[in-house]
Amino acid sequence: MEVTHQVLQQLVNGISLGSIYALIALGYTMIYGIIKLINFAHGDIYMVGAYIGFFAITQAHLSIVPALIISFVVTGILGMVVEKLAYKPLRHAPRISVLITAIGVSFFLEYTSMYFVSPTPRTFPAIFGDVAIEIGGIVINGQQMLILGITTILMIVLTYIVHRTKTGKAMRAASFDTETAQLMGIDSDRIISITFGIGSALAAVAGVLVGVYYNSIDPLMGIMPGLKAFVAAVLGGIGILPGAVVGGLILGIVEAFVSGFVSSTFRDAAAFAILILVLLFKPTGLFGKNTKEKV
Amino acid sequence: MNFSKKSLKLMSVIAGTMLMGSVFAGCGDEGSADEIKVGANFESTGNVANYGQATLDGFNLAIKEINDAGGVNGKKIKVVAADNKSEASEAVNAATKLISDDKVKVIVGPAVTANVIAESQVATDNKIPIIAPDATSPDVTVENGQVKPFVFRSCFIDPQQGSVMAKFAAEKLKAKTAVIYVDNSSDYSKSLGKVFKEKFEAAGGKVLMEEAFLAKDQDFKAALTKLKTANADVVFVPAYYEEVGKIVKQARELGFKQPFLGTDGWDDSKVADIAGADALNNTFFSTHYSDKDAEVKGFVDAFTKEYGHAPNVFAALGYDAGKMLADAIKRAGSDDPEKIREALEQTKDLKVGTGTITMDKHHNPIKQAVILENKNGDRVMVAKIMPDAE
Repeated sequence: MEVTHQVLQQLVNGISLGSIYALIALGYTMIYGIIKLINFAHGDIYMVGAYIGFFAITQAHLSIVPALIISFVVTGILGMVVEKLAYKPLRHAPRISVLITAIGVSFFLEYTSMYFVSPTPRTFPAIFGDVAIEIGGIVINGQQMLILGITTILMIVLTYIVHRTKTGKAMRAASFDTETAQLMGIDSDRIISITFGIGSALAAVAGVLVGVYYNSIDPLMGIMPGLKAFVAAVLGGIGILPGAVVGGLILGIVEAFVSGFVSSTFRDAAAFAILILVLLFKPTGLFGKNTKEKV
Repeated sequence: MNFSKKSLKLMSVIAGTMLMGSVFAGCGDEGSADEIKVGANFESTGNVANYGQATLDGFNLAIKEINDAGGVNGKKIKVVAADNKSEASEAVNAATKLISDDKVKVIVGPAVTANVIAESQVATDNKIPIIAPDATSPDVTVENGQVKPFVFRSCFIDPQQGSVMAKFAAEKLKAKTAVIYVDNSSDYSKSLGKVFKEKFEAAGGKVLMEEAFLAKDQDFKAALTKLKTANADVVFVPAYYEEVGKIVKQARELGFKQPFLGTDGWDDSKVADIAGADALNNTFFSTHYSDKDAEVKGFVDAFTKEYGHAPNVFAALGYDAGKMLADAIKRAGSDDPEKIREALEQTKDLKVGTGTITMDKHHNPIKQAVILENKNGDRVMVAKIMPDAE
């Protein structure tokens, strides 16, 4: 009984953490899928999203839902601007140049934010009282339910956009082969821009949720979750949307179980060991198909 | 890029002016004969900026009081401040700059242990004494069993806090069992965890479980869920305020009812901001002084008058460091770093803001600790313990 109880509680902990990773990983994977770029600035976009949500709540005195929407929209636009200024001019440059630019954008966002909002961590106001439900000794609190609820809704919406709308169809076509898609009359630049917008907006939601859940944000908060989300995306098969979600959840649950049943000291080691194992044994990830490149 | 001739000309004028500015600034740096230059290497920005800035404020107040009273040996003390951005490598850079560019005679700071340890090599190489106002790790002044000749501190050390809290848990809270949750990325936290365990078990208690996290972690629930199964009488979390706030909050959410114990890293209002006053009830921590203590009223009033808000413990320790420094320079009778070093070593029964300091042979002051309880958003002094001299 005691053990099952622990397993279930760790499962709850792991799923809430994993949902956050999943939201960030979705953006990673969408962007990779379409322009084959590992956008290392993605974790910092998430941080900017958290700050926008923070200022919407503390300065404009909005409640959580409008704050999420504002952060979603503003950060989405920021993602598009970043793409336009930093990546679009390099569309035909070697991939390594774009990757290095992404690292540059990451530092730029981190230290510009640090200049404007100061490096001191900010505390999110408590917008939830102590709402918590207890089922047989397993505690699930309001923030965890909020995270789960919002993550699920966003994933349904995203699946709908990608599979049922014209833009989604264009996105899928562009990710399959950008040039052919262009020949078929798809405006690839517009589609890439939209992909960055949606990916960044999802990261922003994750940022605000983390602020609400853990109560504290700072300009360097994006580094670790960014790396973890990258692991999640690779685990699921980079470029594949359901893969990012499943990868994020698995990573969150693994971290919780390693902390809970092995030792918390090994938690991060476990996360990165997964990355190494996936790259060694199944580089295409859980959902990846083995496509052979023709030489 | 394509600059017009005009803009190039403008740019060269600007560049020239800046260059000349720096040349003149260089001339002014030598200092005059009637002042003693003292470096202040603190965390003015970064993740422990609250500690660094408060210590610097307290230190500046002490120096101001000393200068207003005529200075020492007929000279005024001039403080040259440098920001180390809360990073060990920047602490070394700041110390190097203070020593070689600003030609300071002695350095005060940084606030946290890791940064002082990083700095101590530069100070030793240049034979410039440093005083660490808040660094409580034994490794600050001792390396491989040898006392570092140029490194001093003006606060008590971790083993004293760890043993004081172990004693408090066993005797006052009647705890039989404990779990320990430390920050694995911090020497401070790890060494406190170690000493607490030793002393608590020596007092007949039992440590049931030890877990660790890393600074900047957000999620502690997995490890806390595990710690909860031990159902120990107390939880000891020797860590810094940001993580402590989150840990206490998440632990209470998971249904931890036990008392949480901590050390001076808890002594910051951010803990209450993050955790909330309710969650923080039934937590205790050791620290260097209580602002409600009648003995420190003089300092508290002076600080409040100067800065418009009450001091925290780091300000008090910064103030102590200032007093200790002035006393040493006075007894040295000169601003020669070696003479100051000798005088610091002989500090005895010196009355400072938070008590009385006598330097022991490891360059550690023997000084009392107080234990505060967080109660409904307020802090109550519950005990005052003088550590045993070694």
